[in-house]
Amino acid sequence: MTNLGDNKIVALIINLTALILLAVSFKYSTKKSKKALKIALNKGLELAPALISIVAVIGIIFAFLPPEVIRNYLGADFNLIQVAAAALFGAVMMIPSLIALPLAGSLIDAGASYTPVAAFITTLTMVGFVTIPVEIKELGKKITFYRNFFALIFAVIISFLIGVFM
Amino acid sequence: MKTKSKLTKILKIIIFWLVIAFLFQRFFPERFPLAQEMSSRYIKEMLMIFPAVLVIMGLADVWVPTSLVKKYLGEKSGLKGKIFSFFLGTLPTGPMYIAFPIAGELLRKKASLSNVIIFLGVWASLKIPQLGVEIQFIGLKFSVLRFIFTSISILLISSLMEKIIKGENLELNN
Repeated sequence: MTNLGDNKIVALIINLTALILLAVSFKYSTKKSKKALKIALNKGLELAPALISIVAVIGIIFAFLPPEVIRNYLGADFNLIQVAAAALFGAVMMIPSLIALPLAGSLIDAGASYTPVAAFITTLTMVGFVTIPVEIKELGKKITFYRNFFALIFAVIISFLIGVFM
Repeated sequence: MKTKSKLTKILKIIIFWLVIAFLFQRFFPERFPLAQEMSSRYIKEMLMIFPAVLVIMGLADVWVPTSLVKKYLGEKSGLKGKIFSFFLGTLPTGPMYIAFPIAGELLRKKASLSNVIIFLGVWASLKIPQLGVEIQFIGLKFSVLRFIFTSISILLISSLMEKIIKGENLELNN
């Protein structure tokens, strides 16, 4: 969110893409397109409570957590333990990324470093401790163990690399 | 959940936060404007992008059924198979718990393990609508870097796992 100009361009591209896809879809099948819009609406209503809460929490974070506090815990002088903690936090949490990404962005706006945020996002998406039972049932113990284990380790590596290049 | 109960839930959440905002303004009048400013900035950002993202996901849901993903993922092998698995993973279709059963079925049908791992990894972390939201809220550079490093990691993980697990019994439930 640091650069509002960029944001508008991204939003414009995504909205145009959606409109074009929708137009093409309507050209081929009105029925399917209406169904797609209904799915979108339902999904939106489902996500809305969490989105509203996230927006409120972001406001409270900015009002009460001085940027120095966020910088101290998630800022430039992080160490491996903090990044590992961020990675573990992401692995344990079950937040849809559509909701977690705005929150992550707000932490960066408030002074957090990219590295712990990258660790959090990577494990949030790639490692799922909560879904391990489902994964074992479908893929077996071996695949589940190695997949989550490697994803956790690579998440830390990815986040340090992002920190270096940002 | 029915639409009506969803709306009730949204209404409850709005009332809850309005009450909190009221108390907030009363007890911390000097901090309230900052909170209000940040929250409204994020509401604007979300309204700018979420409806479009949801429409794209809805369209993908209708036009790219999981049966299609299954059909193509199982077929190809070699480098082509890897690229194809990667591409199928980026499609804006459904959450992770839908991907596991697809992956399981493919493995039982003897699809290559590394392709299935690539598909799962990309499905989880490099979905197209998710990338748009990421660019919007965190930034293009961050998103591009994460995309590159995560893609490389997924490829490495998939070949590591194929080497480790090769020939072993996968203990799959049939």
